Amino acid sequence: MTTTLAERIAARAAAEGLLDVAYATYESPLGAGIVAATPKGLVRVALPGIPEAEVLEQLARAVSPRVLEFPRRLDEARRELEEYFEGKRDHFELPLDWSLARPGFYRRVLRATARIPFGRTLSYAEVAARAGSPRAHRAAGSALGANPVPIVVPCHRVVRSGGDLGNYGGGPEMKRFLLELEGALDRS
Amino acid sequence: MTETRASLPPFQALLDEHAQAVHAFLRGMVGPDDAEDCLQETFLAALRAYPRAEPANLRAWIFTIARRKAIDHHRAATARPVPVADPGELAPAEASDAPPIDGRGSALWSAVAGLPPKQRAAVVLRFAVDMRYREIADAMGTTEEAARRNVHEALRKLRASAHELKEAMR
Repeated sequence: MTTTLAERIAARAAAEGLLDVAYATYESPLGAGIVAATPKGLVRVALPGIPEAEVLEQLARAVSPRVLEFPRRLDEARRELEEYFEGKRDHFELPLDWSLARPGFYRRVLRATARIPFGRTLSYAEVAARAGSPRAHRAAGSALGANPVPIVVPCHRVVRSGGDLGNYGGGPEMKRFLLELEGALDRS
Repeated sequence: MTETRASLPPFQALLDEHAQAVHAFLRGMVGPDDAEDCLQETFLAALRAYPRAEPANLRAWIFTIARRKAIDHHRAATARPVPVADPGELAPAEASDAPPIDGRGSALWSAVAGLPPKQRAAVVLRFAVDMRYREIADAMGTTEEAARRNVHEALRKLRASAHELKEAMR
């Protein structure tokens, strides 16, 4: 009863423009995660393993407390993510809402990262350079660590110049898994 | 979109936590048939006002909205040319798909429906939602003492109706 009631409330809220943040779960070979969107676009991809409550509290605090589960708004995002994990998609066509990304250098790093093609990698220094500050490779690492939309903005494609994969929000195994999925490790 | 209004939980958490209790309250206030409509109206109104809500006592806040929605519902209902249902019209079939407060049929239900709004709200919060007097006071914007008085007065009237009913059925 409560589920369908919640769905009806969310649907009416969306129709009346009251649903600032809609979220849903997506499935991946690494487990389920959370995706969230505002009317502007995708605002958050939480990797599997991040507790749902933590994700929703961050959205409530930093975007809007009007957060409701409403999978319909995320149909396209979930479809594209599932296709990506099945190896059927090499880029995303989702409008993004950058609300959770700190403006300035952080956002420039994420935009530069968004342009790294499927199956390719860049070093932290190269991404820093493309974001306009060649010597800020550490800050680039911080920007990528705070990426609100991993996978869609492929921060896993940024690796250490020595060949080591470097850190990843979902853990180093996840980074390796994603790069293997893209065939990026054979290439380098 | 700033970080000033800290600590308001995501609305979904509020919904998950309170929907059932608010539903029970509204069943007692407007009857089982209209409770779900009122419940939707309650949570939509809450969502509308949510960014300005005071995080300290959201339970009382949501019940305050629910009580207003129940009052609106009664106003709308009395504006319609339909008489208030008498006990005979509250058919057993209707009562069975969402039983009244104690499941013992429509007599108690119509006695509750006949209470003045404040007493009705207080007694429903006390027994259908299982609130303590302190919480009833918060939800109704009264003192704890007034909440207690409302519940006691309601119970006195319900006992009297039960007595009358017994007499009438002899």
